[in-house]
Amino acid sequence: MQIEQTEGFWLHERYEFSLAELAELSGLPEADLRQWVDEGVLMPTNPQAPQWSFGLDRLVTVQLACRLRKDFELEPHGVALVVTLLERIHALESEVRDLHAKLPRVIR
Amino acid sequence: MKYKDYYATLGLERNATAEEIKKSYRKLARKYHPDVTKEPDGEEKFKEVAEAYETLKDTDKRVAYDQLGSHSPGQDFRPPPDWEKAHSSPGFSFDDIDLSDLFSAFSGSRQHTGRNGVKAPIPGQDYEANAQISLEEAYRGTELELNLSVSEYDESGFPHRVQRTIKARIPKGATDGQRLRLSGRGGKGLMGGRDGNLYINITLHPHPLFRVSNHDLFLDLPLTPWEAVLGATVQVPTLGGKVRLKVPPGTRSGQQLRIAGRGLPKPREGAGDLFAIMQIVVPPMPEEQERTLFKALADISTFNPREYLERS
Repeated sequence: MQIEQTEGFWLHERYEFSLAELAELSGLPEADLRQWVDEGVLMPTNPQAPQWSFGLDRLVTVQLACRLRKDFELEPHGVALVVTLLERIHALESEVRDLHAKLPRVIR
Repeated sequence: MKYKDYYATLGLERNATAEEIKKSYRKLARKYHPDVTKEPDGEEKFKEVAEAYETLKDTDKRVAYDQLGSHSPGQDFRPPPDWEKAHSSPGFSFDDIDLSDLFSAFSGSRQHTGRNGVKAPIPGQDYEANAQISLEEAYRGTELELNLSVSEYDESGFPHRVQRTIKARIPKGATDGQRLRLSGRGGKGLMGGRDGNLYINITLHPHPLFRVSNHDLFLDLPLTPWEAVLGATVQVPTLGGKVRLKVPPGTRSGQQLRIAGRGLPKPREGAGDLFAIMQIVVPPMPEEQERTLFKALADISTFNPREYLERS
């Protein structure tokens, strides 16, 4: 059995990359990604600029959209709707987590 | 090769129609898909359901699967001799192959062969793994050993299950729900296709003292009533060792004091903060003298915290 050592890299919104790099990393054609930008699944950090940039954390969204498309056989509008709702759920869950963290435990 | 009953997985009879197969798959996918539900073992169950659907929805694959006959699930079996001849090259062994790899290889060879028979590059598969680490590990960075069961292709282009152990260095900057990419550590690309990546979802073990919100930490800090009134300097634990915190006079319960830069380190630079939440605690069983002093305080104090309630 081989053991391989490798260095990890955080998918953090502060790292940015181009549409071509996003396509390369996700293994999706640029045309699909453009369609998702049009549908609002995917937001560039600079929607007005000629060359779009994306936060590296968008890769997570692209992979989610990709799984939903394949596993639920959804068309682009359906993908956009589900991704929007799931991201809202995730935002709410993270808010609940934050509130729990800030809530003092009862000290006996 | 171990037999899997794809019809039973989808809750169907062997004579189910294509429409029934699709309907049943969609129902089970909504129930178990890890992106849309929190069903325990959802991921495992969804994989089984998806594998069954992947084969049964395709007419050619379904015919080939049906020709394997019916066995009990998990039972070791050999495909009929003419089946082996039709679906493999000479010298190929079915012994250590997974049924799902066998059927995905069917579509692999079909999809990736161009019109003139030229094989196009096949990118390696991306893998995903979950890892739970402690808060201390997130603070310092750590090394994880991941055991993955993946399919890899042999020289003749057939997939086999292999166990791979990957040592991953988790740099500082982790927090709950963050994802890490290990470049090129997914499946191997074929015909010049890129290697897949490995993605790790990080979750943190709950810590007995600190609660996490992004890169900030929260800690309950108990104070005595007199410390709260008079102010005090108290020792506070942090992930990087103890620090002394000045509690100002007149501190209220629930007030937060920020200890800058003592949270979790952020990926590129800087760190979150540590917030100490003040908790005024009373002695559970005061001594006689303590009671006397509190009584004296009660007699002379004019402080009324409920004034606003009495006014309304």
